[in-house]
Order: sequence, then C-alpha cells, then structure tokens
Amino acid sequence: MTLLDARPDTPVRILKIDDDRARAQCVRFGIGEGTIVESAEKLPLGPVLVRHCRQEICVGRKLARRVLVENVVAT
Amino acid sequence: MTPSAAPACCAPVTTEAPAAGRKVVLVGNPNVGKSLFFNAFTGLYVDVSNYPGTTVAVSSGRMGEDVVLDTPGIYGVSSFNDEETVARDIVLEADVILNVVDAVHLERDLFLTQQVIDLGIPVVVALNMVDEAKARGVEIDVEELSRQLDVPVVPTVAVRRDGFDEVRAALADARQGRSDPQLQERLTALLEHVPTRPEALLVLEGDPFVSERAGHSVAGERDGVYQDRRRRVDSVVAAAVRQPKGRAGFGARLGRALVKPLIGIPVLALTLFAMYEVIGVFVAGTVVGFTEGTVMQGYVAPFLRGAIEQVTGPSGPLRDILAGEFGVVTMTVTYIFGLLLPLVIAFYLLMSVLEDSGYLPRIAALSDRLMSAIGLNGRAVIPMILGFGCITMATMTTRILGNERERRIATALMAFAIPCSAQLGVVVALIAVAGGGTMALAYAGIMVLVFGLIGLALDRVLPGSPTDLLIDLPPLRLPRPRNVLTKTFRKTWMFLKEVTLYFVAGALLLSVLEVTGALVALQGLLAPLTTWWLGLPAAASDAFIMGFVRRDFGAAGLYDLGLSSTQILVALVTITLFVPCIASVLIIMKERGKLFTAGVWFASVGLAFFVGGVVARAAGLF
Repeated sequence: MTLLDARPDTPVRILKIDDDRARAQCVRFGIGEGTIVESAEKLPLGPVLVRHCRQEICVGRKLARRVLVENVVAT
Repeated sequence: MTPSAAPACCAPVTTEAPAAGRKVVLVGNPNVGKSLFFNAFTGLYVDVSNYPGTTVAVSSGRMGEDVVLDTPGIYGVSSFNDEETVARDIVLEADVILNVVDAVHLERDLFLTQQVIDLGIPVVVALNMVDEAKARGVEIDVEELSRQLDVPVVPTVAVRRDGFDEVRAALADARQGRSDPQLQERLTALLEHVPTRPEALLVLEGDPFVSERAGHSVAGERDGVYQDRRRRVDSVVAAAVRQPKGRAGFGARLGRALVKPLIGIPVLALTLFAMYEVIGVFVAGTVVGFTEGTVMQGYVAPFLRGAIEQVTGPSGPLRDILAGEFGVVTMTVTYIFGLLLPLVIAFYLLMSVLEDSGYLPRIAALSDRLMSAIGLNGRAVIPMILGFGCITMATMTTRILGNERERRIATALMAFAIPCSAQLGVVVALIAVAGGGTMALAYAGIMVLVFGLIGLALDRVLPGSPTDLLIDLPPLRLPRPRNVLTKTFRKTWMFLKEVTLYFVAGALLLSVLEVTGALVALQGLLAPLTTWWLGLPAAASDAFIMGFVRRDFGAAGLYDLGLSSTQILVALVTITLFVPCIASVLIIMKERGKLFTAGVWFASVGLAFFVGGVVARAAGLF
C-alpha cells in the first residue's frame, strides 16, 4: 500500500520512495527505505504527516502516493 | 574589484579573510539557532547581501582576524534549491566549519555533519539546545559523540549564550573528523578528474553544477553514498544518544493539534484576522495616516518642494519632474518612508514571529491542498499573505518557492488579483459607502473566483507540474524578541536597498509621461471603454490611470464621482485586477524578466476590463 493508505497513528515500514529527490531528502531527515515511521495524521485531501524520532515530516499528497509502505506488527 | 568599490546595492559578500585570519562558515539545518551564534560572534556590524548571481541573502561579519559567514539553513550540501547552491559554494571555500546541530534531532542533523566531515573540511560541532534535549529526556554522551565523529563537540544553549566562549576556543582545534575509508579511497581516485577533495565528493553524489564545473560526472552513486552515510549516522547516534520512551511534551502536542483541521483552521483564521487588525487597520490606517499624511505630506514634502523650487523656480518641466505630482524626490520619499516603511516593518515583524515560532510551516501544511489546485504548494502561502501588504515585497519573497514555474504562478496571481494593503484600505472604505455586507461579499466572491480561475489556467498552460511538499515541521517555540527584531531590521534594510532605485525610476517615468502629456492621452484612450463597456463616468478612467502610480491612488479617485452601488462594485473589481503599481512592475521585471512582465501587464489590462464589463452586465446595469 502507499503512505496515503496507511491508517493514522500506526507504525509502517517504508519500502520504496519513488522519487529521486524526495528519497535523498528523506534520507537526510533520517528516513530511508526500510525505516519504520509512524503515520501520524492525514489532513483531509491534504498532506500526510509522518513522525520519526521526535520529528514531524509533512509529505505532500501526490508524493505520499509514490511512497510504498507496509504495516509493522507491534512487538 | 574590492568589495568597498562596489555600489551599496550590489556589494559582493565579504568572503575574503585577511592573511592571518580564517574563513569560518556557519552551517546547520533550518531552525537550529545558527543566527544566534552569528549575531553573538560578529556583533552589529554585519554585511547582508545577495550572494552573487542569486537572490539568497548571506550575512558576513568579523570575529577578530576571522571572517564569519552565515549560510541558509540546509539539510545537506547539494543543489536541490537556491539555498543549498549558495550554502554549497560558501562551504566549499571554508577554512573552518562551525556546524550547529539541534541536540533534540541528532538523527537528522548529524547527516549534514557527517557530510561536512566527508568533504574533508575541518569542523567544530556546536551541540545546541542541550537544555531542551535534557528536558525531553534525551541523554547525550558528549565525549562519546566527539570520539565517534572525531571532531570537537561543544554543548551550548544559544539563547542564553551558554558555551559560546568554548565554541570560539574550540575553533582552533577544528579537525577533519572520521570519514569512511572506502569513501575516501573513491574520492582519491576521482582526484584525477576533479581538482579538490570536497568537489570530488559532490561529483560522486551527482551534484549537477559541481560536475559541470569540474567537467566530470559520476551517475547513480548518490543513493549508495547517502545510505552508507545514513547507516554511519545511525550508528553514531546509537553509541552516543539514549532516547527516551514516553509521551510528547506540551509543545509537540500543541504542534500536532495545529495541523488538525478542526483546531488548525480556526486558529489560522484567528491568526489572519489578528494580522489584519494589526497591519490592515492599525498600521495601514493609524500609523500610515500619521507618517504619510501628517509627517510626509504635511512637513517633509513641502519642505523638499520648497528647497527644489529655490533652484528650479516655481514651475517648468524640471520642477514638475523633481517635485510635481509624481516628483522623483517628493513622491519617492513620501511613498517609501511614509507609506511603505511602516507596512513593511509590520509585515516582516509578524512574519518573523510566525517563522521563529515554528507556526509558518504548519500554515503551509494546512494550505497545501488549496495551493496545489493552482499549481503551487503550501509554501506559496507565505508570499500570498505578504501580497496583502505590498506586492513589491511579496514578489521578492517568491524566491522561496521551489522552481521558476511556481514563482511565475505566484507572481502573476499577486499582480492580477491580490489587492495590496494601500489599495485594500480604499476598497474597504468605498464598500462601506456602497452598502457594506452584501457588497463586501460580492467583491470578495468575485476576487476569489477570478484568483482561482487564473491559478487553474496558469497551472494548465505552463509546462511542468507543482513540486511536492516535503518539509520538516519544527517544534513550536516562543520567539526570542531580540532575534525577531534583528531579523525584521535586516529584512527591511534589504528591502529598502533593493527597491528604492525602482521607486525613483517609477516616479521618473510617470513624471515624464505627465510632463509630455502622454498621461492625458492615455486617459482619453480609456474613456470610451470606461463609459460604454463598464458603464462608468468618463472621469473614472483617470482613476484607472492613476492605478499605474499606486493602486490606492486609483481607488481613491473614485470617491468623488458619486457612483451608484453597482458602479462602485464594477469600478473596484476593475481597479483591483488592473495593472500593479509601477514599483512592483519594475520589481517583477527584475525578478521574472521583461517578457513575463509585459505579458502580465497587458493581460491584467484586458482581464480588468473584461471582468469589470461582465460584472456590469451581470448586475443588470444596462
């Protein structure tokens, strides 16, 4: 599924970021492919907020559609 | 050319250190407190200029023998945007780098640190906001961090200037730090093609500009280099930082609430209303009434006019050009100091508060959806808000947008459909004359509709697509008055430095048009269109022509025409859509080029009359 489909307030693992520049920028923020983040909030029709290590990253809606994620089973 | 030989408007940034001194470059992510270090180290006498060839402001100052340069906040050294390009070029010339990192967000900030270390430039790390990290339960082993990175790490609390002396002392011990040996081997191999090691790293990371400069490029390596660096940073953090597990602090929870629509939208509406009350009502009304009406028009302009007439005599073209209705001397001084200065200060002051509090990126997040419909992203909300203050100032602010396409859309939208504060004042007054509530709704409705349609059209017509929003929302903080004031002062000064010449040029152009009779001829040309198509008295065309000068002059000319309510609506819609004032036209030309400006200018004349006429007919005037 894509980041846009992830339920709010759930941990997800980033599988693929299908945009060169966004992928590089995310790695700088500390989020790489394989990183577990918390899908925090979805603004109605708007961007998706992702939480990672006390940071909040705001991902535009169209970009969120190009980010593949999978649910992480809480241990 | 030495820096002192250049005129003040375009003096290059002082980047040369004296023989004995070093070039110390401040580097850090946005919102980590870099400017507090810069202000403390260099004192008041700093030089703020646009970096040569760009529109990004860079500050430089002296610290003893050394030159200190501040760079825009960046997450990495590359060329993803103008800020990064500027920071990159300054970093490449640094003798020593002072890297300010936010102790609360080390996973993010140390990526830049490690990149600077990989560049091979000696670095000192200022571990800032250690108090906040402690309060949030983040435990950092400073010695271990320093050992891991192999560079000096100094804990600081910049807002209290704690640790500043230690940072200054540590600059003497700046070291290159620990880089991945395999990476360094690859860089050594690249040195056959690329002149320096730092440039070799950027070439390896696929930086297009540096590659072109070096005449050598490497493709497809960035992801790998970035991921290795990420792993390295994660292991440094794992060794030196103990993370808390627990609930978020009050600031974090408030920050989250502000992007939830249920709370965020009412708070945003309140914020905008408060801004309107402060700037639109108090500053644009009371303060400008005093500075422009009482001080400038009452004392300063008559004094200047008197002084000029001593030389030129009481009439004649030269007197008119210098001190007439649009006098180069009288109008420029009145306009800039009486009207613009108070407004620009007020706007920059409030924007600095919003910026330093961390609220601005949240407004961008909230408005992203709306903005993306018209080919922009949430960041464009900043110039749009400023546009209600002064289109000239807002046009300069479009520099923060991601690409030229977005800058064009934002500039055009403001030039067409956003009334500046000077004009808005007169619009509000005339709407009150025309009957208040319904009129206000009709006017606002038409403007929003036109704004939206222009945006949709531009998004369709211009090639390319909007850039995606990908921003880090900083924690909410109480802004520091001192920092807010310094920022306001610097931005206002930059604004004056950049635009004064354009106002002089605008006044000169208008004076010449008036003296040569061209202005009257233009009014004659517009008169038939005004009466036949808009259903307004011929004298209303004077008001439109005056809009060239200042958009509020135009609207003010409508007071005395005894218009009906519908006529007022038609006239206000037309005049708002009509061409922007002469100073903003010149700034638009400087920022976007002649062709674009000509397009916007003629399109806005056409659009203004077209929409005005449609409104006139729709209102059943005929």
